[in-house]
Amino acid sequence: MLLKDEVGTLQRVPLFSGIEPTKLKLLAFTSDRVSYSSGQILFRQGDEGDAAYVILSGTADILVDSDSGPIKVAELVPNSIVGEIAILCNSNRTATVRAASPLEALRIRKDHFLRLMNEFPEMTIEILRVLADRLSHTTADLIDARSAK
Amino acid sequence: MEPSLARYIWLHTKKQQAWILMIVLLSMIPYFISFDLPKLIVNGPIQGKGFGQPGATQPFMRLHYDLPFIGEVQFFSGFQLDRTATLFALSTVFLLLVVINGLFKLYINTYKGRLGERMLRRIRYDLVDRVLRFPPTYFKRVKSAEVATMVKDEVEPLGGFIGDAFVQPVLLGGQALTAMLFIVVQNFWLGMIAAVIVVIQIVLIPRMRRRLIVLGRERQLTARALSGRVGEIVDGIGAVHVHDTSNYERADIAARLGLIFKIRFDLYQWKFMVKFLNNFLAQVTPFLFYMIGGYLALQGRLDVGQLVAVISAYKDLPGPMKELIDWDQARQDVQVKYQQVVEQFTVEDLIEPRIGALTIDNPAPMTEPLSAINLSMADDGGAMLLDRISLQVKPGETVALVSTATGGAEALAEAFARLNWPDSGRIASGANDLLGLPEAVTGRRMSYASSDVFLFQASLRDNLLYGLKHAPLRSVSYDGAAAEQHRWNVHEARRSGNPDIDIRSDWIDYASAGATGPHDLFEAVRRVLDAVLLSRDILDLGLRSSADLTRHTELARRIVELRGALRTRMEHEGLSGLVVPFEPGAYNKEATIGQNLLFGAAAGSELADKALAANPYFASVLRQAGLDRTLYEMGMEIADQTIELFADLPPDHQFFQQLAFMSAEEIPAYETLLQRLKNRPYEAVSENDRAMIVTLSFAYIEPRHRFGLLSDELMSKIVAARNRFYENLPPELQNAIERYDPAKYIAAATVMDNVLFGRVGNNHPDAPDRIRSIVYDILEELGLYGELLDVGLDFNVGAGGRRLTAGQRQKLDVARALLKRPDFLILNRPLSALDQRVQDKVLRNVLEEARCDGHSPAIVWVVTNPVMGMMFDRVIVFDSGQLVEDGTHETLLAGKGIFKELLS
Repeated sequence: MLLKDEVGTLQRVPLFSGIEPTKLKLLAFTSDRVSYSSGQILFRQGDEGDAAYVILSGTADILVDSDSGPIKVAELVPNSIVGEIAILCNSNRTATVRAASPLEALRIRKDHFLRLMNEFPEMTIEILRVLADRLSHTTADLIDARSAK
Repeated sequence: MEPSLARYIWLHTKKQQAWILMIVLLSMIPYFISFDLPKLIVNGPIQGKGFGQPGATQPFMRLHYDLPFIGEVQFFSGFQLDRTATLFALSTVFLLLVVINGLFKLYINTYKGRLGERMLRRIRYDLVDRVLRFPPTYFKRVKSAEVATMVKDEVEPLGGFIGDAFVQPVLLGGQALTAMLFIVVQNFWLGMIAAVIVVIQIVLIPRMRRRLIVLGRERQLTARALSGRVGEIVDGIGAVHVHDTSNYERADIAARLGLIFKIRFDLYQWKFMVKFLNNFLAQVTPFLFYMIGGYLALQGRLDVGQLVAVISAYKDLPGPMKELIDWDQARQDVQVKYQQVVEQFTVEDLIEPRIGALTIDNPAPMTEPLSAINLSMADDGGAMLLDRISLQVKPGETVALVSTATGGAEALAEAFARLNWPDSGRIASGANDLLGLPEAVTGRRMSYASSDVFLFQASLRDNLLYGLKHAPLRSVSYDGAAAEQHRWNVHEARRSGNPDIDIRSDWIDYASAGATGPHDLFEAVRRVLDAVLLSRDILDLGLRSSADLTRHTELARRIVELRGALRTRMEHEGLSGLVVPFEPGAYNKEATIGQNLLFGAAAGSELADKALAANPYFASVLRQAGLDRTLYEMGMEIADQTIELFADLPPDHQFFQQLAFMSAEEIPAYETLLQRLKNRPYEAVSENDRAMIVTLSFAYIEPRHRFGLLSDELMSKIVAARNRFYENLPPELQNAIERYDPAKYIAAATVMDNVLFGRVGNNHPDAPDRIRSIVYDILEELGLYGELLDVGLDFNVGAGGRRLTAGQRQKLDVARALLKRPDFLILNRPLSALDQRVQDKVLRNVLEEARCDGHSPAIVWVVTNPVMGMMFDRVIVFDSGQLVEDGTHETLLAGKGIFKELLS
């Protein structure tokens, strides 16, 4: 996959949809193209967050450690982004991400990501929107879980 | 030191000064004969005196003297020569005298020069020798750059003066006196006039020069202070930038330079003023001669012949006088310089020479306890660091010194190391005062490491072994020219009062490190490095540097085996995708186009980096391979894309770190270049512009940059060009490149590149770490681990060790202290730059390593954390300069003292 194709992929990621293509190209150029074979770990829960990943092709599982071993909480499909929370909060990884098939991804370094947020308010707003969305989902799930008790 | 320069010179060179004076006097004989000879030639053969008759002859070289009482004695009747033959003979003698005078001059100048240089060497050595003997407090007051400038620059003019110190005044004085005498003999009163003027010169000029001396001293002091400040700026450059004080420094330097300028200009003005006066006085005398002498002649009281003789004799007076006065000025100048330097180097409490005397044999172990008796230490401001404490450390005991912030444990450690001297009380080893013991004992049987580490600008190895270099243990044997040179070195060293200890001897005391020679020293080195957890860092340095193949032959010899083992291992672990190996007939996609073309490591500047595209031979290879145009177009595409991506970013943007093609500063230049070349046909582009553009393509790696510029056809063309490049490589480039060869070690490349012999794939972020740990495993398996560690030890630590991190420096210092296997190991917060976990680990390792092979040194460790106390036999607690608790860890823990408080 060439740089220009990656730009196409990035445009389909909701987070980046508001950013002009030349800037996305710059983001793609300065990011590392990484590939993983099935079963390889992108990062582990508890690691320091140093990069976010945009999945270009293949799928990955999001796993969370529990007393009874890792539990799969979600699946990543192409054009999704993962790992941005640890970058934003300066916290450790909240989950492990493992490739479920041969995986191609774009690795965006933390400092590049933060710099982009500084320069593109529309991207920051988009991130806020996604996060708020997730929060409302989580809240809804919590209410469901509480009321099911 | 001797305060008077003249006495210092006389003391060390009186024989030589007498000899040279004698030679100078001897040289006067042919000198005066050569004055007389022209007259003989002109009067004799040329004007024909004595050759009145044709065919007349005159004796040549007749030796006869009129001796008192005996009358004329003839030793040799001489050759009878006619007029022409006499002319030739006398002319030949004249030539001979010219040669003899020249040779005398040559000998005298050489001798004086050598004398001066030897004295300069002696003075400089004496000064540095004193630096080595200064008491510790001195170094708190003096700037290193000032001392350096004194030793180097300020004594320099002394060398030129010393040869003339005694000869010149005798000689010139003699000449002046002769001329004076001659004048007096011709006419007493005219002689008196000349004498009066000379006296005025002698009295007045030195008085005027007093001001010059004062200014000279100021000039020296300000210049010294300037070099001190410059040294400070260099050392403290970090602080300057951190606080944005560079303009403050600029102002300070400008102010100092202004002051120096003023002093120098003053000096300059005075100097020429004095010169003017001097010349004036010299010229006034003939004026008086003409006027007074002429008046007397008119009066008929003086005959004209006498007056002419006086005036012509006076011509010989100002020359020597002037030189004599110049000599006097030089004398005062160097005397001032010398005194200035000597004052600075005259210090009380100089360490006695016997303390630092060269001792070949190792002293007996220190088996007696080390004790502090009523010890008080104060800092420079007079504040008490330790107040009358007494304690004893027995041999073999491990003691932790725990201290509150104002405790003073560090001061005790420094006192044990003799880095600071007690204000009152003393430190004793058994019954001996520690300060009285020679360094041969304390420096070999004790060792010290602290958080404040000093490393010399040398390799890691040299710094590590520095603590073992006490004396030249095994001398080197020289033969042939080297032996001759060595004899000369020794002779000259002795003549200048320098020691003739040979720096090239083997100074390393293997025995104290527990080794028998160079071959097994490494084992000891490796153990201490492992103990302080420094081995891994050094291995990493080794992998990243290129090995010196004259020393690390094993690595080069087994490189094929090593590469094979790595390959097998990677396949075995399913990691072979991580590295794309270099193959002579294939394109390596993970390497740049430049690397693929060159397929070798540039060993010189001809084919390195930006010079590659401009190299005429390389350009011709590209042309023949039909690549020149393709790569140019590729370069244009890269330039276009790069500028599109990066043009509006500020030059300090982080993204530029990702840009391999050009630097942020080059972007504007490429932007205009691109504008200019965009629609120009390839043929119309100049060679230089082509090279600029083609260079861009050399940095391109398809999987990394992903512009989609690489086709299969292009790759095979590049491989073909590679072969063509090596087929006709011109001889002048043979040494500029080392071709990648799977069977050969590439000296110009790093060890890692050699072992990998390929490129790590760009799309595996954790590949470098994984590969590195596999490489270490393999090196260990093949027994090459030590070899790599040795490569790492070649790493130059930089000025003051600044190329290492603070933690690495401290570890190295501890390793150095440990390597010597002392009887008393004093460690003063030695690992403060490391986190507690690593400190604990190193502490445990050091305690263990110090006690290996049945050694049981006493260890005194000023700990950074009281918890570390539990590792020691005994814990001593300091608070406010007092020893407050002393006991085992358990007893102190059980008590209710400060230690308990510190722990909670």
